[in-house]
Amino acid sequence: MRKIKELVIEKSLLTSALITIAITIGIVLVLAIEAVQFFSEVSIIDFLTDTQWTPLFTDKHYGILPLLSGTLLTSFIAISVALPIGLSISIYLSEYAPKSFRKTVKPLLELLAAVPTVVYGFFALIVVTPILQQIIPGLSGFNSLSAGFVMGIMIIPYISSISEDALHAVPNALREASFGMGATKLQTAFKVVVPAASSGIIVSIILAISRAIGETMIVAIAAGQQPRLTLDPTVPVETITAYIVQVSLGDVEHGSVEYRTIFAAGITLFVLTFLLNTLSYRIRKKYQERYE
Amino acid sequence: MAKEIEINMETITEQIPGKLIDPSLKKKSKIEVKDVKVWYDDFNAIKGIDMNIKPNTVTAFIGPSGCGKSTFLRLFNRMNDYIEGFRMEGKIKINGDNIYKKKVNVEELRKEIGMVFQKPNPFPKSIFDNVAYGLKIQGITDKQLIEERVIYCLKQVALWDEVKDDLKKSGMALSGGQQQRLCIARTLAVQPSIILMDEPTSALDPISTAKVEELIFKLKEKYTIIIVTHNMQQASRISDYTAFFYLGELIEYNKTKTIFTNPEKQQTENYITGRFG
Repeated sequence: MRKIKELVIEKSLLTSALITIAITIGIVLVLAIEAVQFFSEVSIIDFLTDTQWTPLFTDKHYGILPLLSGTLLTSFIAISVALPIGLSISIYLSEYAPKSFRKTVKPLLELLAAVPTVVYGFFALIVVTPILQQIIPGLSGFNSLSAGFVMGIMIIPYISSISEDALHAVPNALREASFGMGATKLQTAFKVVVPAASSGIIVSIILAISRAIGETMIVAIAAGQQPRLTLDPTVPVETITAYIVQVSLGDVEHGSVEYRTIFAAGITLFVLTFLLNTLSYRIRKKYQERYE
Repeated sequence: MAKEIEINMETITEQIPGKLIDPSLKKKSKIEVKDVKVWYDDFNAIKGIDMNIKPNTVTAFIGPSGCGKSTFLRLFNRMNDYIEGFRMEGKIKINGDNIYKKKVNVEELRKEIGMVFQKPNPFPKSIFDNVAYGLKIQGITDKQLIEERVIYCLKQVALWDEVKDDLKKSGMALSGGQQQRLCIARTLAVQPSIILMDEPTSALDPISTAKVEELIFKLKEKYTIIIVTHNMQQASRISDYTAFFYLGELIEYNKTKTIFTNPEKQQTENYITGRFG
């Protein structure tokens, strides 16, 4: 009787694991199949090199570059905001803050990532953009600067929290050794602890970038929906994710080329984030056992 | 076997390069401890200790676990300052200056008083950078000076011949015994006059232990060494003076020979003969 019970539990656990894997494979398959059909109608060279993305107009162009540039631009702005702030927070929490402060502030910071992104989107559009318009006169109502900035705030906890874990995991013996030789706290933090935790910090940055690239609501709301190949942060752009939202909501006919563009865009996004996640996995694997 | 643990005397007495200060020419480091008491929150870890330590001697601190000997050792370079709830009373004077005065520059103090820890703790940096670290944080940028000092210190700990061909290798790739000698070299690079050692051989195999002991014996000529140890034989082999601690008190402090052959207190005798602890 007991054996049967054990068996049932074991099999049901295995089933849940298999279902998850099956769903993932299913998603990738659907993406791939639809994308293959898309590329049978549109040349992959055009897709990668054309500088216009106008599948919904009469003069159709299927160049992913404008969407890609929108995605990379907003993500770059986001990471420029999140990296210095997130890293400073993590170093402060791990090396300077009293234990009790660290214990309260860390979960509070993580709340930043728990705010619904639609809220961030409207915050960017209604609060941040008007403020920025006071400073930068020519700023458009929809722009990548405001969206990227707010997205940066959203991903701060990815960097601060994971980096802090990495810094905190550095053995105290290394800090003591450094102090024992007459190093100050600052020297110890930057010359011993941060280098020793570098793999974890890099992983946190990659995950944050990956999150920014995949972020949808903020950019769909605040960055505009105009595919444009530009590095100018003051004009409206469209990201890959925002385009997918736009088409999914519209009245594009199922099975048409226009409809399949979302899978082509989707697989581009998938490849990007997949590469980043693999990279972070590799880094973690390679360096994590250093102190064990 | 005997040959393997031999440390070349010449490497230690050879001419000191560049702007190195021969530690033996430095001011002698006399340590005076006056009525020192330590608390961790409510726990009274050290209950009033007086002690004088002579320059260029090896002093061993012995006693059962929890007797306060490590806490006491870490008072000399103010390493307990980082422990939450730490509180201290009394005076510790090094060369006549109370190191617990408000104005004391703790970083400067620690350059004068080096420390070697229980578990070898090299930085995850190259062998070269491990030894150079102490110089670099002092703002020394003269590459030639740094290089000379690194080589000199590695020779002093008899590690040079073993690592001279791969100074770029990570310090953590060395064996435990080599790591500990690297940590000692790293400490010497800062040119302290006192070296504190907190059970430096407890994580090492017997051969590595013998090498480190030999090294301590040689270093005594130039440095004042205080060593915490759980190993009675070690204390009797390498130290000139021995202090026996029990429950936060200094029970007996005398010449090592006297402590081990003719202790005054019954408690000391019980401990060193293995009847308790």
